[in-house]
Amino acid sequence: MTAAAIADRPMAGTDMGAEKLAASRNETGNAPMASVGTSVATQEAAQVDSTPVETSSGRGGEWLRAIGRAVFPPVLGLALLIGLWHVATINGGGIPSPGKTWDAAVILFSDPFYQEGPNDQGIGWNVLASLERVAIGFGIAAAVGIPAGFMIGRFAVLSQMLNPIISLLRPVSPLAWLPIGLLVFQRADPAATWTIFICSIWPMILNTAQGVTRVPQDYLNVARVLNLSEWKIFTKILFPAVLPYMLTGIRLSIGTAWLVIVAAEMLTGGVGIGFWVWDEWNNLKVEHIIIAIFVIGIVGLILEQMLMLIARRFTYEDR
Amino acid sequence: MAKKVVQIENVGQSFDTKKGKYVALRDVSLDIHEGESIALIGHSGCGKSTLLNLIAGLTLPSSGVMLCEGREIAGPGPERAVVFQNHSLLPWLTCFDNVYLAVERVFSAKEGKAKLKQRTHEALDLVGLTHAEAKYPHEISGGMKQRVGIARALSMQPRILLLDEPFGALDALTRANLQDELMKILAATRATMVMVTHDVDEAVLLSDRVVMLTNGPAATIGEILTVNIERPRDRLALAHDAHFGECRAEIMEFLYHKQLKRAA
Ligand SMILES: Nc1ncnc2c1ncn2[C@@H]1O[C@H](COP(=O)(O)OP(=O)(O)O)[C@@H](O)[C@H]1O
Ligand SMILES: [Mg+2]
Repeated sequence: MTAAAIADRPMAGTDMGAEKLAASRNETGNAPMASVGTSVATQEAAQVDSTPVETSSGRGGEWLRAIGRAVFPPVLGLALLIGLWHVATINGGGIPSPGKTWDAAVILFSDPFYQEGPNDQGIGWNVLASLERVAIGFGIAAAVGIPAGFMIGRFAVLSQMLNPIISLLRPVSPLAWLPIGLLVFQRADPAATWTIFICSIWPMILNTAQGVTRVPQDYLNVARVLNLSEWKIFTKILFPAVLPYMLTGIRLSIGTAWLVIVAAEMLTGGVGIGFWVWDEWNNLKVEHIIIAIFVIGIVGLILEQMLMLIARRFTYEDR
Repeated sequence: MAKKVVQIENVGQSFDTKKGKYVALRDVSLDIHEGESIALIGHSGCGKSTLLNLIAGLTLPSSGVMLCEGREIAGPGPERAVVFQNHSLLPWLTCFDNVYLAVERVFSAKEGKAKLKQRTHEALDLVGLTHAEAKYPHEISGGMKQRVGIARALSMQPRILLLDEPFGALDALTRANLQDELMKILAATRATMVMVTHDVDEAVLLSDRVVMLTNGPAATIGEILTVNIERPRDRLALAHDAHFGECRAEIMEFLYHKQLKRAA
């Protein structure tokens, strides 16, 4: 589309609008607004549909080069790490070499879901068991922490009441809560979930509450001028405005939850990646421990990236 | 004389601040008549927004009486629509949904969904934004955002349109365009308008009366200038109009002579 063609359209609109306007002025009298069609557009109208057209030539090459630039440095870093690891283990010693670890991994991942009694299960089951605990503890923490955060953010009294308590409890390692969980629940499994709950809840409460206090006054003024109902204020203003903060809380929580579950499971035993690491240490299969470290890292990375993706979807550009 | 839509009688506004009580406005009295366009002008920080917020009902006066159509202003109401300085569109809603939110609130009790949607389309058409209905605020220009803000206010079919420096953040050309559009819309809808501005030309061009505020603290109305220029007004013709020049000169005299001295 040429510039002239774009510029033509709004001009025509202006003329028409003026005519309609003149006509309506005679007949509407004291009539309320908005029933009149004055279509007056300007050069801004052109801005919308005049997105620059990309030249198609050389786009494929550009694209490949961009991928190369993005992929090359991380691959180089990883190769260096494995190289160093190889050099460090070349003379034997306690730490298995990359090759040996790789062979063990191939065997391990050829059947990740085998099941031979409660204490001998495939690595897949162990990871899933940990993820399940994290999901439950984390889910309950979200169900409690997010509404609590909204309340604390909304009501200053609650915030004054609870902030000292939260400040006191937040720096405590969640593992310190494990005995309390064992005492209350009498079983290892819910106790581990309980530690996840404890470590997940603080970031969720604090970030949600902060989000609520940071809702721009402008939006609240809009709500007041439009006289929106409480429900509309919550669904159309408060919730979307707080959502990015909430997701930050959730992201921080899942990070710590995944850190803590490994430690908690080492203490509680049963099935789970943390327990599995401990078990393999007792069996002196160090290559399995190294594999577990990679698995834990990769799962944590995936969790984090998933939440980043969701967060990006709900982050709105302002102004 | 036309009916009084808003009556402001001896209104004062003070705020509690950390340094004690701050008196922003004192003894403000003003009657706003049906169909009238009023510009509020004054130096930055003198209390223009404070006065507009009082009319909007966003804040309540510390003293004095504010009436809208004979009834005390106790809060915001759909007959008084506000266009904010920074457009204040909700970034997670499309232009259409931003306007629909207002339409729904005002008319959903009496009208069906189809009619509400039609009203929204009409309001956006009024400001020439039909093509951008499905866009999000961050996808459109500053001028377009301000238009959506105006459409949102108009869609409520208010008796009074309150605008707080609506074009302050825009470039001169876009600003001139929107001023012309606003004049057309006001002529077509015959709404009453109160606009805060710090632009002398804008004040004279758009209004029937220019209300000049003295400097704060304790600002009040210093002078009121009546602009006797026929409508529709044409900015090009007015550039050589003697009365237009006089009006400008009078406001400048107030702002840069009488009021600046006190500020310095
Ligand atoms: N909520 C408030 N609390 C304390 N002071 C305020 C408040 N709102 C406005 N003020 C003060 O009142 C004065 C007038 O403000 P305002 O009406 O925003 O000025 P402007 O004429 O630039 O719109 C300023 O000195 C401002 O600091
Ligand atoms: Mg202001």
